[in-house]
Amino acid sequence: MKNSPKTSVKSVLLAFFMVLISTFSAFSDPQMTETAHAEAGHEATAEANHEGHKEGKLDIKGEIFGHISDSYDWHLFTLGEGHEATHVSVPLPVILYNPTNGLSVFMSSAFHHGHEPAHGYELYVDGGKQKIRAQDGSKFYDISITKNVLCLFISVIILLVLMTGVARKYKKNGINKAPSGFQNALEPIIGFIQDTVAKPYLGKHYLKYMPLLLTLFFFIWVNNLMGLLPFGFNLTGNIAVTLLLALVFFVVMLANSNKYFWGHIFNPPGIPFGIKLILVPIEILSNLLIKPAALAIRLFANIFAGHTIILSIILLIFIFGGLSKVAGIAFIPVSLGFTIFMFFLELLVAAIQAFIFTNLTAVFISQAIEEHHHDDDHGHH
Amino acid sequence: MDLLLPGFGLFFWTAIAFLTVMFLLKKFAWKPILEALNEREKNIADSIASAEKVKAEMATMKSEHEVLLNQAREERTLMMKEAKDTKDRIINEAKDIAKEEANKIIVEARQQIENQKNAAITDVKNQIGILVIEVAEKVLRKELQNKAEQENYIKKLAEDIRLN
Repeated sequence: MKNSPKTSVKSVLLAFFMVLISTFSAFSDPQMTETAHAEAGHEATAEANHEGHKEGKLDIKGEIFGHISDSYDWHLFTLGEGHEATHVSVPLPVILYNPTNGLSVFMSSAFHHGHEPAHGYELYVDGGKQKIRAQDGSKFYDISITKNVLCLFISVIILLVLMTGVARKYKKNGINKAPSGFQNALEPIIGFIQDTVAKPYLGKHYLKYMPLLLTLFFFIWVNNLMGLLPFGFNLTGNIAVTLLLALVFFVVMLANSNKYFWGHIFNPPGIPFGIKLILVPIEILSNLLIKPAALAIRLFANIFAGHTIILSIILLIFIFGGLSKVAGIAFIPVSLGFTIFMFFLELLVAAIQAFIFTNLTAVFISQAIEEHHHDDDHGHH
Repeated sequence: MDLLLPGFGLFFWTAIAFLTVMFLLKKFAWKPILEALNEREKNIADSIASAEKVKAEMATMKSEHEVLLNQAREERTLMMKEAKDTKDRIINEAKDIAKEEANKIIVEARQQIENQKNAAITDVKNQIGILVIEVAEKVLRKELQNKAEQENYIKKLAEDIRLN
């Protein structure tokens, strides 16, 4: 009974994703994305089916977190319902290291979607998120190639292929030939980062930091866009990734900081001793904790929130559908309208957040390498 | 709260992937691209600067040309004027000389005419004198044919001499 409206949802979703995909046509083969979208459409509905039947009603939280959390297999769609459901997913390598048992490497399909333990470990789902625990309860390190790690590798390959391809063009054509193809798309962006981010903040040292800024910008941007593709990737909306990026910035900032920076933190000039007692801890916190944390959390929260909103709006269809079939169908256009709007917004956010991260990195580094003293960098964070 | 706890595996792989990609891109992409972009930027700036320079040079050359042209024009005018002056002078001189020459010739002609006239007059006078003498001789011969008349005439002449 429930199947008929949902198939129509699928087809509408599919049509909608087809339109959306034209935006990404520069990044991937249209044939591939088409099938991917079809699968993604299946995934959303099929999983909703699956969970809904098991719990008796829709597990909204589990559904959303299941989509934006990392997982050990690349889930495409589920066929059938309830206990006879067949999960169609790409198994990914699980790599676990246990100090006593040593290294275990096996495909995640060995867990049979959590129904069976493998190599002394078992898979379970907690709040929509897949987790692994050792059967004997011992401690282990998990460096599995999860869905997000797969996304990471894909994005790294995309970046390497695109950028070295463009670089090769520059080497081959020299500077006297007009840029062509993807070179044209890349050049203004690189110029933009150089002229509006690197040069104004970092001054004459800008060239030293350009590789970091460019890599950060393109890494974040490409991964933000990958997160918008309906493959279920959510790399930049994961705190581990943004934390690492912030740490990279933090190390670069510390490695290049000068005596003015440290002097400003531990002995702010021209300030009475009593105030110093308050100011120094604030300065330490703001420079050594809040700056990197702000970077990490800002990016994570933005992307995470965007994904959550899109998923919530789509799930509204099923929430209303749970109340009554008519309400569910009636809500489809509203939900799709909002989703389309959110997708365009997220396209914008993808670029803006990449730019903001890069920009703030440049600003914070510039404050650490500044030669002259400015008192206005208090409390700007 | 799971959300805010970074997963070790993803963190580990991101660290490796990001640092690798940064290193590789720095070496194989950003460096050549930035070099090319900056070189092009410099090239364009240089080209514009040299174009400006050439333009300025052209402007100077043009003004120099103008000055030269004006000078040439002035010189030409001056030369024309000089030539005209010279021409006028030569013509005038020639006229003067010719006039003088003509005057001289006229004077000479007049002189000659005078001389010729005088000579003719003298000749005529001589002729007339000779004729007079001949006539007088003939008259005297006729008048003094008889002796009495001769004596008479001598007496008369003698009387004239006494009177003188």
